This record gives sequence, structure tokens and C-alpha cells, in this order.
Amino acid sequence: MADETVFDFLHSELVNYVIEQSELKNKDAKDEDLSNLEYLGFSTGYRMIERLTKEMPRFKDELDTMKFICTDFWTAIYRKQIDNLRTNHQGVYVLQDNGFRFLNNISNGKQYLELAPRYVTFTCGVVRGGLANLGINSLVTAEVQSMPSCKFHIQVQRS
Amino acid sequence: MAICVAIIGKDNSPKYFACSNPDDEINLQYKVLSSLDVIEEKLNTANKVTDFRELFLGTLYSLESHKIYGYVTNTKIKFIIVVDSTNTALRDNEIRSMFRKIHSIYADNICNPFHIPGEPITSKSFHDKATSIMFGTV
Repeated sequence: MADETVFDFLHSELVNYVIEQSELKNKDAKDEDLSNLEYLGFSTGYRMIERLTKEMPRFKDELDTMKFICTDFWTAIYRKQIDNLRTNHQGVYVLQDNGFRFLNNISNGKQYLELAPRYVTFTCGVVRGGLANLGINSLVTAEVQSMPSCKFHIQVQRS
Repeated sequence: MAICVAIIGKDNSPKYFACSNPDDEINLQYKVLSSLDVIEEKLNTANKVTDFRELFLGTLYSLESHKIYGYVTNTKIKFIIVVDSTNTALRDNEIRSMFRKIHSIYADNICNPFHIPGEPITSKSFHDKATSIMFGTV
């Protein structure tokens, strides 16, 4: 239990740090710059996946990889699995988490909805980094409609 | 004990190479790199025909003097071990456990924040651990 909380604190400090830095650099920008946070997530995911897939058999295909992301990968970071995985079988996957860990502690109303992007960007990066190391280039975006649930859209880039 | 341990990246570029006899290095590099074709072949056929999904690929090919074993991680990193053919003490199981050890030190090395993904491995502690695995002292 205790180490869970440490991760939550570290994450929120990380968010604060990145936002502070981007404000210092770019005072009059209207939108906050979260690309650094996404990049931090990317390198975390990229490195982590090497360790997590060590004991796994080889993945059959893309869907198999996504299932791994939804179950083992998610459990390793958030101690729960993705609640719903949808795909159109053409490279778009939607991962739905009904109680996303970084949003769980924020009140449910509409008041803080505009701050939600800060708390999901890191995860987008982690997913993108993990997939990138497994050989799938993708674009990951998040969508928060009501607070603690969150949808991650993964678009696989085929070239 | 093995003669040579090599790590090849996603794009088939060499990331790490260690061998017991420095005079033989070029020769061994040649053998390791030419075995990449066999790996490619094994990966392509294995996926389609059977449910063969183990990371360890077994013997890639055996020559008069050497035997070459391969292992591919989920992230498409190839590990290759070259063993002397006269050495009969090393069976598949020992080789498999050597590969596991290499995989775990590799994963540790990737998590090192000073290592840039995709670059050759230059870490000294990694080299020390890899050579001790190669000589079978762990």
C-alpha cells in the first residue's frame, strides 16, 4: 500500500515540475506545454517494457500485444486492468479505464475537468513508449469525459 | 563456457560484442552476423506453422568448430552465443539459462537512465557481468 502512494506523489510532483518549467520558459503561451511530460512517459515505457516482457512468450500479433498492454502492463503500473478494450481491427484501439488511478483523487464534478490532460499525458507517453519498443509505432491520445474514467485512443501508424 | 556473446539490435546493427579470444574476434563477428539470416527465417516460419513462441530459438547452425545459439526478445533484440563444438558439457538447458541471465542484465542496462536506447552498450559493469556469464562463473 505504501509504495503505491509514493508513486502517486512522485507523479503529481512530476506534473507540477514540468508545468512550472514550461511556464518559466514560455510565459505568454496560452496552452500549457505537456510534450516534455509525454516524452518522460515515453522513455519510461520504452525501458519498462523490456523488463516486463522478459518472461512472456512471443506475441502472436498486434491484438495479442494490446491485450498484454491492457492486462499485465496496466497491472504493473496501476494495479488494475483496463476495463474495456475495443478495436476496429484496422489499427485503432480504445482502452477504457473506469477508475483511472491519477484521476481517482480528484473530485468528480466538472470543476477540474480542464486540468485532466495534465494527469493523463504521462500515461499516453508510457503506452506509446511501450508499444514503440515492441515494434508498433502509434499515436496515443486520451479523452476524459467524466472524472475518474478515461479513454485512451491508440492509432497504429502503418507505413 | 562460451566463446562469444553478441547482442544485435532491432535493426540488425551490432550493440554489444564480447569474445574470449580477441584474435578470433573478426572471424566470430562474421559468424554471428551471418547467423542473423537464420534467425530471420526461424522467426518467420515459427509464427505461422506452429505455436512455437519461446524466446529461445535453439541451435541456429553448427559448424565443425562452433555451435551458434540464438534468442530473440519480444522487443526484437537478438542475443547470440557461440560455443566450441568440442565442448559437450553445455547442453540446451545451460545455454537457455545463460540467455536468461543475459536478458536480465540487458533489461537492467536498458533501465539505466544513462543508456540511450538504440545506442551500442558501453557500460563497464554490463561488460563485466556479460563476460562472467560467458565464462560460466556466475
